Order: sequence, then structure tokens, then C-alpha cells
Amino acid sequence: MSILVNKNTNVLVQGITGKEGSFHAQKCIEYGTKVTAGVTPFKGKTLFNDSVPVYNTIKEAKKEHKIDATMVFVPAGFAAAGVIEAIEAEIPLIVCITEGIPVIDMLNVKAALNCSKSLMIGPNCPGIITADECKIGIMPGFIHKKGRVGVLSRSGTLTYEAVNQLTKAGFGETTCIGIGGDPIIGSPFISFLKMFEQDTETDAVVMIGEIGGTAEEEASEYVKNHMKKPVIGFIAGKTAPAGKRMGHAGAIISGGKGTASDKLKTMEKNGIHIADNPSVIAETVKKALNI
Amino acid sequence: MDIHEYQAKELLNKHGIKTLKSILCFKPDEVYSAYKTLSSSVAVVKAQVHAGGRGKGGGVKIAKSADEAKSISEKMIGMNLVTAQTGKEGKLVKKVLVEEGAAIIKEFYLSLTVDRKNAAIAFVLSAEGGMEIEEVSKNHPEKILTVSVNPLYGLKSYHILEMSLFLGIDKNLFGGFSKLINLLYGAFIAEDISMLEINPLILTGSDEFIPLDAKIILDDNADFRHPYFKDLIDEDEEEPLEVKAKSVGLNYIKLDGNVGCMVNGAGLAMATMDTIKEFGAAPANFLDVGGTADAKRVETAFNILLSDKNVKGIFINIFGGIVKCDMVAEGVVSAAKNIGLKLPVVVRLEGTNADEAAKIIENSGMNFVSAESLADGAKKISKIVNG
Repeated sequence: MSILVNKNTNVLVQGITGKEGSFHAQKCIEYGTKVTAGVTPFKGKTLFNDSVPVYNTIKEAKKEHKIDATMVFVPAGFAAAGVIEAIEAEIPLIVCITEGIPVIDMLNVKAALNCSKSLMIGPNCPGIITADECKIGIMPGFIHKKGRVGVLSRSGTLTYEAVNQLTKAGFGETTCIGIGGDPIIGSPFISFLKMFEQDTETDAVVMIGEIGGTAEEEASEYVKNHMKKPVIGFIAGKTAPAGKRMGHAGAIISGGKGTASDKLKTMEKNGIHIADNPSVIAETVKKALNI
Repeated sequence: MDIHEYQAKELLNKHGIKTLKSILCFKPDEVYSAYKTLSSSVAVVKAQVHAGGRGKGGGVKIAKSADEAKSISEKMIGMNLVTAQTGKEGKLVKKVLVEEGAAIIKEFYLSLTVDRKNAAIAFVLSAEGGMEIEEVSKNHPEKILTVSVNPLYGLKSYHILEMSLFLGIDKNLFGGFSKLINLLYGAFIAEDISMLEINPLILTGSDEFIPLDAKIILDDNADFRHPYFKDLIDEDEEEPLEVKAKSVGLNYIKLDGNVGCMVNGAGLAMATMDTIKEFGAAPANFLDVGGTADAKRVETAFNILLSDKNVKGIFINIFGGIVKCDMVAEGVVSAAKNIGLKLPVVVRLEGTNADEAAKIIENSGMNFVSAESLADGAKKISKIVNG
């Protein structure tokens, strides 16, 4: 088992003919992902790489294919509309890679999501991968190996750092999800913690947070009240100055709130196993699992 | 992006929100004539810098004559204004806003922000106008009201009623208050504002609600639909190295330490800074070189790092995802040779072909050390800069 995606997941790619979209769609196909169809306006009735049919709209694609998930590579100015198109088409899982969507647009998307059947990952994220089965995103596939740890993160390369250690230490991963680095994201840590708790193959969850907002605090409350599996946590940005956006739009300490030390304090109090620096994530997993 | 008070007020005016008459001045002589033009019995001279707490730092002064206004501005323009938000080096004042006086009956605090937790737009209000809101929030949380508006339904009259009752606004003034709140909400959405703070909002002797001060942060990500955003940038307010980095597409933030950092990815960049600190040195910057760390980009990044004279050593930490590490290593070496880099550099490259990459680094003939992990690299660079 794993969560959300596996080898049978039928994936649509929105923006499949663009520079980023085509490059990563190809990498996903090479990994083994079932890329069923693509969408690019005015490119309908063509084929991507001589094999994947491209449609003008999701509506057209849905007439011909069963679609379980969509990977969104639409440019920032149009991405929110692309996500809402997917919501209206009732696609169960929407993975939005796009960085730089205006916050006001994301507020609308979030409101639409709340009254929909869709679950959204991202935006501004590396995506989701179930090791050796399905990759919907831009992460390097080779560092992932089927195993027993679930990974959740607000970051990209920092996630790869954690995954690489878990693989090298022999734990491997079940499913790994980058939830996104923006202030407003489709789904918080909690949505996925719930699924990992129920997943029979996941023995522990690594949760990588960073400064800004209160998502980690809320997640740790959830862990304390509803989870039996150990959760290992790391927070990036202990040395970040207040009031500055540290690369990710959501990584900002504002009005003295959202500091790493506040987060770590709450997480520790709620029973999260803290990794003091990213180099000891696998080691902390080991301790948490009493190995 | 932060903008000035006078720019924030212009933006509010565009949406029909009245502010007091004011004139932007760069020279004391202009302040003198501005005072005359305003024909108000008192005027306020306000330093225009991107920082809160200007009043306490001496950046807001009342003048009762044109001569007094001029002499205030002679001291203010050119001064280094130090406030709680500027750091001890302060900010150079290059312009002031001269604003007419008003009879203040009451002062309130009002702000609009993005409520991350509820994915809504939140109004934060208090009858304690003019105070530091963080202080009020800490000591008297009961004096603050937060009203979150779901963007799907929008702002409704019951929201405004709740605000008005909390602030103790007279029933007869509800119409004017309601109008202001609606206009602010509309402006927040229409202009892609991330934070709008009015402290204080005043009730005048003529029963009008008027923003006496205004602070606005705009959402940079929405600049594609607001071409005017770029005209609001004041480069005097930005750290020169950050401006330079931005112009070449690098995400750089200057810090106080002496270890220059070059990392791919924002999260890993922060984690690298933290780890350096853990091993006893201090990061000189945050720098995300992005996914494609090719020779040209690395060279540009080196140049930015070297412009900071505090930098005594450099730590490069790249997690090669799709790009191969040996190619990154070759890029790093050639960039360093190109600019004749002399500083010690610790390089950690992880991912495909990491071993080959380490060999290229070790055999480069440069002052390079290879590291096998983030912690190993942080330890090595800290040891180097600490001597």
C-alpha cells in the first residue's frame, strides 16, 4: 500500500506541451507513471511524444479517458484557472507544481476546493511520488526506494535530502509529498498525516517544515491526539531574519509569529521526534522506531 | 514588496478612500511651500522610509508654521532614522510627506491580512489606535477583534456590524464606517495586497473616518497584472546586493555572518544556514541558485557573494536532482577559475555521479575542499573561517 497514487493511477498533464511540462511529463513516463492524456489550449488532437493524446480542455480529455490525477504545469498567471478547471471536472487529485501564483487567486482556489470532491497538493511544490510506482512531479526518481517511511515537506531539495538519507539508511519510503511553499496551499500536513496513519505499509512519517504560518503547530496537535505512528520533524529557518521572505512565498516571520523556535517548542511538546539538523533525519527515524 | 506611506495613500485614494491632504517633498524649501499650500493651522512632517515605528525614532513631527516645518525637515532629510524595525544602522531619509492636521476625536487600529490558517481575508481591529499592535496583542488580547472573511461569500454587513460594535462606534456613524470597510476590502483584492495596516484610523471632528497612516505590502507574484508595481519600487530602500542579485534572477538575502552560502532550493538553503550556525560559524547570506546550477549562474552567484566583504569562506551545497553532479562540479571549478577566486570553498554535491564530482573538486588545483554531507561541509567551512 501507499497513499493517494500507485502504479494504476491515470495521470493527466495540464500544460504538457510547455517547456517545463513536456520535460517533466517525459521524466514521469520514464519513471513508470501512467500518463494517460495531456491538455494544452489550441493543441488539441495532437500527440505528445508520438504517444500521449493532447486535448484543448479537460472536458474533452475526460470524454475519452479515465483520469485519477492531474499534474499542473500551467504558468502562474493562469494556474489558478487551470486548477479550478480540474476541480470542476471532478478530478480526485490535483498536483500543482507552478510557483508564483498570486495569493488572492489561491484564496479563490481554496474556497472552490472546500466545496469539491478534489484534493489538491501544492502549489509551488515538487509533487508526489510512490516509490517504484508513480511519480507526479519534478523530484529526481532515482533517490526514492520502496520502503516504510512516509515523507511530507514544504520544500523541494530539502525533501530530496531527507529521502536520500532514508533510502541510504535502508528505510525507503512509501509515499513522499511536497505540500508546497506558498502561504495558501491546497492541503495542509494534517490531510496526509491522516492517510499515513491508516496506511498499513507506513511505519513512521517524516515532516519537514519551515518558518512562517502555523501549519506545523496544527499538525503536531493532530499527531498528539490522533496518531500512533511516530512522526519525525525538522524545521528550516532557525537563522532566518524576521520580515524577510526566504525564497518561498510562505517562509516569512511576520509580526514575530512563525519562528522556528516557536514551532519546535510546540512540536516537541506534542511528541514529535525532532531532528536538530537535516543530516540526522534518518538517525532520528531510527531512534523513533527503536531500532 | 513594501511601499511608502505616500504611495499607499495614493493607492487608497484610487479606490475612493479619502486621506488628508499631503505633499511629498525632497527639499526643505519644498516643505516650506507645501506648508503654505496646505493652508492648515498645523501640519505633520513624516519621514518616508520603509519601516514602522517612525514616530518614536523622530521621523514624525508636528509643525505650527512654514518656518518650523522647514527647520524640522532640514534635520529630518538626510538623517539616519533608527526605529525598532530598521536595525541599528537605521535608514537614510531622502523624502518627507507634509500632511495637513486634523481634529482627532478617536483613534483605532485596523489592518487586513491574509489569514493563512483559514484561507481567508482577516480584518484585525482595536480601539487602541496608535499603539504597537504586537504589544496590545500580547498584553491585552481581549482588546483585539479578528474577523475572517471567506472570499467565496465576500464581505457582508454583519461582519462590519461586529467590527463597529466592538469598536464602540456610534450608530449614526455606521454608514461612513461601513463604506470605508467595503472600500478597503475591495482595494485589498483588486490591487493584490498582502497586508494593509492603518494605524491609526481616526474619527475626525467632522465625523469622518480617515487613515492617518497607511502601510501596504503588495504581492510580488501578482505584478504581471499590475504593471504599475515596478514604478513603486524604491531602490534606496533595498539592500544593494539583493537588488543586484534579483536583476540576474538570483534569490539572495544578506545576513551578518562570514560564510557565503550557495545552495539550490530555498528550504535546503535555510537548512544550510542553520547547520553552519550549529557548527559555530555564521551564514553571510541566504542564496538559492535554483535548479540549474550551471557555470554561468554559479559565476554570477560567486560575484554576488564576493561583493560582501565580510565573507571569509564559501560553502556550496547542491543537491543534484535532474542535473548531474559532475557537471555542476565542472561548472563550479570553471566559474571559480574565471573570476580568480582565492577564498577557501567547501563543496558538497549530492546526487547522480557525486563521487566523480568530489574528485573534480579535490583535483581542481583551487582552494577547494570536498564534503560528503551537509553536516560535514558545515563543519569544515566553520573550522576554516574560525581559524
